[in-house]
Amino acid sequence: MSARRVLLRTVLGLGLAVALLVGMGVALNRRGEDQVPKTATPFVAAPGQVERGRYLALAGNCAGCHTARGGEPYAGGRSIDTPFGSIFTSNLTPDPITGIGLWNADHFWRAMHNGRSRDGRLLYPAFPYTSFTQMTREDADAIYAWLRTLPPVARANQAHTLGFPYDTQVALAVWRALFFTPGRFEPQPQRSAEWNRGAYLVGGLGHCVECHGSRNSLGATDTARGFVGGMLPGESWYAPALDAAAEAGVAAWPVEEVVTLLKTGRTARASVLGPMAEVVFRSTQHLSDADLRAIATYLQALPPAAQAPSVTPVRRRENVMLRGEKIYAQQCAWCHGERGEGVLDVFPPLAGNRAVNMHNASNLVQVVRRGGFLPATEGNPRPYGMPPFGHLLDDQELAAVLSYVRGSWGNTGAEVTLREMMQR
Amino acid sequence: MSLPRLFTWRKAFIAVLGASAFGGVHTQAAEDLARRMAACITCHGRDGQATNSDYFPRLAGKPAGYLYNQLRSFRDGRRQQADMSYLLANLSDAYLHEMAHHFASLDFPYPPPAASDLAPATLARGRELVRSGDATRGIPACVRCHGEALTGVQPGIPSLVGLPRLYIASQLGAWVTGDRRAMAPDCMADVGRRLDSHDIIAIAGWLAAQPVPTGAKRATSLPSGPPVACSAMEAHQ
Repeated sequence: MSARRVLLRTVLGLGLAVALLVGMGVALNRRGEDQVPKTATPFVAAPGQVERGRYLALAGNCAGCHTARGGEPYAGGRSIDTPFGSIFTSNLTPDPITGIGLWNADHFWRAMHNGRSRDGRLLYPAFPYTSFTQMTREDADAIYAWLRTLPPVARANQAHTLGFPYDTQVALAVWRALFFTPGRFEPQPQRSAEWNRGAYLVGGLGHCVECHGSRNSLGATDTARGFVGGMLPGESWYAPALDAAAEAGVAAWPVEEVVTLLKTGRTARASVLGPMAEVVFRSTQHLSDADLRAIATYLQALPPAAQAPSVTPVRRRENVMLRGEKIYAQQCAWCHGERGEGVLDVFPPLAGNRAVNMHNASNLVQVVRRGGFLPATEGNPRPYGMPPFGHLLDDQELAAVLSYVRGSWGNTGAEVTLREMMQR
Repeated sequence: MSLPRLFTWRKAFIAVLGASAFGGVHTQAAEDLARRMAACITCHGRDGQATNSDYFPRLAGKPAGYLYNQLRSFRDGRRQQADMSYLLANLSDAYLHEMAHHFASLDFPYPPPAASDLAPATLARGRELVRSGDATRGIPACVRCHGEALTGVQPGIPSLVGLPRLYIASQLGAWVTGDRRAMAPDCMADVGRRLDSHDIIAIAGWLAAQPVPTGAKRATSLPSGPPVACSAMEAHQ
């Protein structure tokens, strides 16, 4: 066999393999897609559909991402920072040129269910269609009906600033072939209707796993592992595990307390700050008690995470503890008490506080550096707040005071190192 | 030996907040609000009296309408300060309104200003711009809107005295670059655009060196009315 024929065969073989892969990629990217009819029937909202859509849009916190700070609601422009670059959210108002005024209900369904835009382009999964794909057509149509009633805002979408190759449709197609399967919520008949409603809200519209799940190096959430907790992409916040008693698990709570936390942002033993404060402020406080109870029921029934093996006694360096104690007395004891006891319903206790003892100390670092108010909600309209200390204490001082708090009054958290401070 | 613990930091804190904030007339409601405003202390000082930080402005005694507008502007992106935006992101208009009125209601004497190290000529230029403006460049006098005593005008124009030099300079700079905005009609954006860095150094230097007389009050109105339309002077709920 001549060298030319070998070359020819190799080229042919490679070409075939590439064609096969491309074909597979295209097929994988189009699976589960309904045809969008060429001539769509004009959309007329059914009675109550718009109101239902408004409610569902709150449950999904659509406006949270699709509104720039201080901008027109749903007109887009907020940047979502990811390790691959920034994604700018799109205009969902019915403006025909810059918004989704020309979209019909089928286009909208395809975006929610299949992650494809009206023009056929693949959408980035920063828009969490990986979760929304579980929604029913009925709910997607209701949201569509609601969005059509918004005042149109002419605000052109901003181009994403992603690095190569993430900015290409080919890379996105490969990502989707690997990590995205359109799905439908499958009710589990052996579970209660309440549990099923909760599972639908948490897994679909609520897209909770996008923060409370783990992600692989290509940014895909690992739904099989569930709500095991994870760092927020592009941020220094840790979304705690929802299935672990030592993190944000609620299996042992009264169901009403879970409802109260999601409705008001605080209970006697827990409160929300940072990204979750926004979720409560913009989304969960607006949900019906029935839906919140369903979410609580579902969260309480999550299979509990394996207990972390009992930790070896945490090393405490005496000089760090002494330094931390001094700073604590000067800066923290005023509100949190000399022994971390706090003030009931005013300033949270630090002794025995789950958020203080959590394995991952990122949120503590954020809270002490940047402070924060709990969200203002109907149930807690005038929240208390923590002042920022990032401009008063340097990293070494912050590490010392956090180590002291995590190692005093029966707390069991490990020392916060200077290195950790610098990473956060 | 165990003595009854009469003194705790918490009691001291509450006592100090109460006593200092309300001159002895501390109602439970005011005390409660002071505790809710603990988040403001590390930058703006106890009761918004400012700290010796060289930058963070005093809040106590500023016009309520002004404070309310600023709080909303931080939250909604018209003013750029990452810490403030973050802190206020999930708060309601009603609560911001209450905060604004709380700080506006506090009244304390001002500490004497720090001595200025600027050249006398620079300070003189600053005084001239503040008191007379620069007609050739279309810069109105500060006193025209901020009051003859520069202590602000109700409901929405802030005092320009009793502030750190760095703070005034950075705010004027932010008006020049457009980083600081107000709701339309944005009168100060129009004035700010006309300033250059020499003006800013002179104005901030002179203003920061002025003592605030004890008992200085905000003017309740401008004698000749505001010279241009301005959102700061619009009605506030």
